[in-house]
Amino acid sequence: MNDALLEADGLVVRHGQLVALREVSLRVQPGEVYAVVGANGAGKSTLLRTLAGLHPTTGRIRFDGQDVTRESAHARVRRGMVMVPEGRRLFRSLTVEENILIGAVSGRGGRWDLDAVFDLFAWMRERRHERVNHLSGGEQQQVAICRALIANPRLLLLDEISLGLAPVIVQQIYQMLPQLLDEDIAILLVEQDVAQALRVATRFQCLLEGRTTLEGSPADFSAVDVEAAYFGFATEDAAP
Amino acid sequence: MNWVNAIIQGLLLGGLFALFACGLSLLFGVLGIINLAHGDLAVLGAYVAVALLPSVHTNALWALLFVPPMFAVFGYVSQRSLLRRSMESGPLTTLLVTFGLSVVLENALLEGFSADSHSLSVGSLVTKAFRPSSAISVSYLRLGILVVAVVVLVIVQFFLARTGTGRQIRALADDGEAASIVGINTRHVAGIAAAVAFATVAIAGLADGMYAQFGPTSGGSLLLFGFEAVIIGGLGSLWGTLAGGCVLGLAQTIGAQIDPTIGVLCAHLVFLFILAVKPSGLMPATVEA
Repeated sequence: MNDALLEADGLVVRHGQLVALREVSLRVQPGEVYAVVGANGAGKSTLLRTLAGLHPTTGRIRFDGQDVTRESAHARVRRGMVMVPEGRRLFRSLTVEENILIGAVSGRGGRWDLDAVFDLFAWMRERRHERVNHLSGGEQQQVAICRALIANPRLLLLDEISLGLAPVIVQQIYQMLPQLLDEDIAILLVEQDVAQALRVATRFQCLLEGRTTLEGSPADFSAVDVEAAYFGFATEDAAP
Repeated sequence: MNWVNAIIQGLLLGGLFALFACGLSLLFGVLGIINLAHGDLAVLGAYVAVALLPSVHTNALWALLFVPPMFAVFGYVSQRSLLRRSMESGPLTTLLVTFGLSVVLENALLEGFSADSHSLSVGSLVTKAFRPSSAISVSYLRLGILVVAVVVLVIVQFFLARTGTGRQIRALADDGEAASIVGINTRHVAGIAAAVAFATVAIAGLADGMYAQFGPTSGGSLLLFGFEAVIIGGLGSLWGTLAGGCVLGLAQTIGAQIDPTIGVLCAHLVFLFILAVKPSGLMPATVEA
C-alpha cells in the first residue's frame, strides 16, 4: 500500500470547543476519484481544508511518501496538492486571465498551461480580460477549476463544486473529470449531492459528525446503506 | 498672476503629499494596516540621511540611492516579524503596535539627534527656479519632487498591474486565504508589499527633508496630510492619492494667498468638506490592471 498518493491517518481537528474531525483516515491512489459525502456540518469541508493545509491537525498527512502534516498551504501546492475551494474564492479585482495565471505561481510545469486550460472551455479565451465578478456562477466555477489545473496538480481537491450551480452546469463540470484522469491526476472531492458524487467516484467515504461511517467502493453498497450512513440511523436499524 | 502662482505652488506641494500618501495607501489597501508610524518613518528616513550622508556626499540627493533600499529591507523585516504578528491578533492590535512604533521612533530620534531641527542640503538646487514671468517662480527642487512623486506612482502602479509579483499582491489584498490556497507564499508577498511601501515613505521623508526643516516630532503632521490625501483620493486608489495630494496642496496655497495664516487650516477644512459630502473619495477604486 506504499503507492498511495495521499495517506491521512487519524486526523483530529478542533474548531475551539467543537471537534470537527475525529480520527478520520483515508488513502487516495493515483488515478482514483475519491468522494467524501456527508450532511451539512459532517466535517467534509474541514477534512479537505485540513488536507490543503488550512487547519492544524493532530494525526499525520503523507503526500507521495512525504510527511506534509506541518507544511504550509502554499508548500503543499508546490508538491501538487491543489484545491478548488468552496465558494470558488476567485480574486474579484483580477481578470479571468490574471486569476488563472495566479494558479501558476507554484511553478510546476506540465501539460496544463494557459492555452490548454482555455481549450477546455470555449467562452474563456475571448473573455479573458473581463473581471471575474461579471461572470455567472458556473463560469466562475470553471475559472476556479482552470486556476487549479494550471498548477498541474497530482491531486485535485474539489470542495462542493456543484454548490449554487444549475444542474446542467454541474453535469458539464463532472463530465470533464474523466479527461483529467487520463493524466493520472487523482481527485478527492467533497459533495453534498451524494448521487452525483457516487456516479463518478471509484472509492468514497461517508462522514457523520466528524466520524467515518462508511468506506469503500460505491458498487459495494446499496443506496440504503449509504443513506443510513449519511443520516446515521444505521446502528439503530441494525440492532435487533 | 499671484493666483496662478498659488495654483502652481499648490500642485507642486501636492506632489509631496501624494508621495507621502502612496505608502500609506499601499499598506492599507494590501495589508489592511493603518500605519500610524508612517509620518515618523518618513522622518526617520530623513534622519538616516542626516546620519550617513557626511560619509557619502555633501549633496542630499545621493541619499535617494541608499535610504530607500535600506527602508525596503526594513519594511520586509518589519512585516515578517512585528506587523504580521500583530495582524494575527486583529486590526486593533495592529493600530496599537504602529502607534507604539510611532512613539518609540519619535523618542529615539529625540534621544539621538536632540530636538533641534535639521534639513537636508541639496546644494545650489534649493534656490534655483524657473521664472516664466516676474510673478511666477517654479522651484526646480519642488518641480523635481512632483516629478519624483509621479514617477514613483507610475512605477508602483505598473508593478501592481503588470508584474507577476504585483498580481500576487493584488490577489493577497482580495482574499488572503484564497491566495495561500492557490500557492502564494502570503507572508513573503506581504513582506514585498511592505518593502515597497517603506521604500516610498523613505523617498517621501527625504523629499520633505530637502523641502523644509524637520525635527523628531514632525511625523504627526506629515501623517495627517498623508491620511487626508489618501481619503480625499479614495482608499486604495493610487491615482486618487495623487489627486488627493494636489487638492490638499491647492487648498493650502490658495488659502495662504487669501490670508497667509489660514493656509493649513484651509487644507484641513477642504478635507473635512470632502469627507462630509463624498466619504468614498474622489476616485474610489481598488488598484486595477
